[in-house]
Amino acid sequence: MSEQAKRIGDTLLRVEGITLSFGGVRALNDVSFEIKEHEILAIIGPNGAGKSSMLNVINGFYHPQEGTISFKGRERKRMRPYVAAKQGIARTFQNIALFKGMSTLDNIMTGRMLKMKRNFLWQALYWGPALKEEIENREFCEKVIDFLEIQAIRKTPVGRLPYGLQKRVELGRALAAEPEILLLDEPMAGMNVEEKEDMCRFILDVNDEFGTTIALIEHDMGVVMDISDRVVVLDYGRKIADGTPDAVRADQQVIDAYLGVSH
Amino acid sequence: MIYREAGQFKSSYGADQAIFPILQDRIAVAIMLAIAVVVIPLVAGPYWLETILVPFLVFSMAAIGLNLLTGYCGQLSLGTGGFMACGAFFAYKLSTAFPELHIVLVFLLSGLGTAFVGILFGIPSLRIKGFYLAVATLAAQFFLVWMFNKFPWWNNYSPSGVISAPPRAVFGDFYLTGTQATPEIKYLFLLAFVSVMALLAKNLTRSRIGRSWMAIRDMDIAAEIIGIRPLFAKLSAFAISSFYIGISGALWAFVYTGSVEALAFDINRSFQVLFMIIVGGLGSILGSFLGAAFIVLMPIFLSNAPAALGLHISVELVSHMEFMIFGALIIFFLIVEPSGLARLWQIGKEKLRLWPFPY
Repeated sequence: MSEQAKRIGDTLLRVEGITLSFGGVRALNDVSFEIKEHEILAIIGPNGAGKSSMLNVINGFYHPQEGTISFKGRERKRMRPYVAAKQGIARTFQNIALFKGMSTLDNIMTGRMLKMKRNFLWQALYWGPALKEEIENREFCEKVIDFLEIQAIRKTPVGRLPYGLQKRVELGRALAAEPEILLLDEPMAGMNVEEKEDMCRFILDVNDEFGTTIALIEHDMGVVMDISDRVVVLDYGRKIADGTPDAVRADQQVIDAYLGVSH
Repeated sequence: MIYREAGQFKSSYGADQAIFPILQDRIAVAIMLAIAVVVIPLVAGPYWLETILVPFLVFSMAAIGLNLLTGYCGQLSLGTGGFMACGAFFAYKLSTAFPELHIVLVFLLSGLGTAFVGILFGIPSLRIKGFYLAVATLAAQFFLVWMFNKFPWWNNYSPSGVISAPPRAVFGDFYLTGTQATPEIKYLFLLAFVSVMALLAKNLTRSRIGRSWMAIRDMDIAAEIIGIRPLFAKLSAFAISSFYIGISGALWAFVYTGSVEALAFDINRSFQVLFMIIVGGLGSILGSFLGAAFIVLMPIFLSNAPAALGLHISVELVSHMEFMIFGALIIFFLIVEPSGLARLWQIGKEKLRLWPFPY
């Protein structure tokens, strides 16, 4: 743990005063926090607290009415999700968002989209530089496949895979983009204990080996307390706590939010 | 037993990514090409070449084009007929205005022109999806056909509104269009041309751009998250698809019929090509060929079958029967395998790999 603590660097992404409303509903209300380099940050909170909305804001899916987001020290403008992808922000979804008609390998290769530069005329020929590029990226994808231990399902259409493996392929697709920040929206939802353990191991390994910064949303408190360096707690769109797992666990407001208070 | 890939090891990713990674497939394809190039022109008569194989190849081209857009990129289009008309009339104007232009170049340029028209009519796809987009593409269908009918400039002020392909040679004395063209040359030219174009289409679908189309088709939100620009992916699909469809329209007018009017590219043509890719298999180049073969060959087969069987039925009854059986067959194939003939073929191949032992 101490070794881990040493790796954590400066602020990579800073969220300041984000307010997001859908009509009359305030999904996020003046939320500020920061994500530091190489850390694993967990965002938790009861249902409807605004966790997924927060990721969607970071991603460029939702445009907040107020507040700013700065990535690597640069404040960013209103942007489309593909621009966020270009800057090095990758994510997975709560309900799996894989390309169901494509094989595992193709899904992961699609994650390399931004690393491939050849234009469509070269691609139509599938020869020379285009073929070279295709094979280089295939090699990287094979590394991801090895890392996630999904060699056997390389050519299987992902629509046919069981749920746990689909989640793993989705992680693979995000990893293939070599992101700086990886946003994971409930990576362990609906998994059994073994699958959860596997997923935890992959998340820790990604963080450890590639130094990828990870922000994840998770409901399983055991997992959250075990793997995260820092925890941000949201409730009704407001941030109610931010600190180490132990500090957050002892926080009265957090306990109230989860267990309710008597009035 | 014959179709066994045991012992064929792939030692590079390049070999693994080949279109036909299995040796038997490569042999089969080589044999088929040899038959198509050598045997068929010798054996088949002009009737076979001109009324069956030539339209089959022209339609395959159109089906590949629509399949790139609808099957791979998931954008439903009913404008195929209009884009084919574009190709035909662009080619006509080009070849009459610049007689020295080589015919292949004329086809490619008219495809390119159609690609721009396709981009124009593809812009609504950025906002609307599915059936609504299909209705929006109907605008292309009706507008384009109306335009080619309305303005006589497009048919060089011919009183009948019909355009006739001027005689052009591929090289030397080998005339592809006009009265001097022989069915053999038409067939061989189309075979080569369509094969090359199909290969290019296949390559596109298995590289980056094809994956970006499929990603947009399967889950457009996730596609955007990993860095695919929907604008570029959708419009490039419209452009390349229209390129293929435009060339097929030019081939239709120049090589197949020789003379054509705008109304030949009405909405029925759009449906015909759409049925080809649905029956053949969405998202499959092979499926485009199978679907084209099915839709072109089956009516001919059905209308000739009673006579071949020695049954004497009135002509009207035959043509009615033809419609009924054809419809029933389409329903039958869609129930057996909704993903089309290409999928059926693939399942057959997977079964054959294990045959005769079931495990």
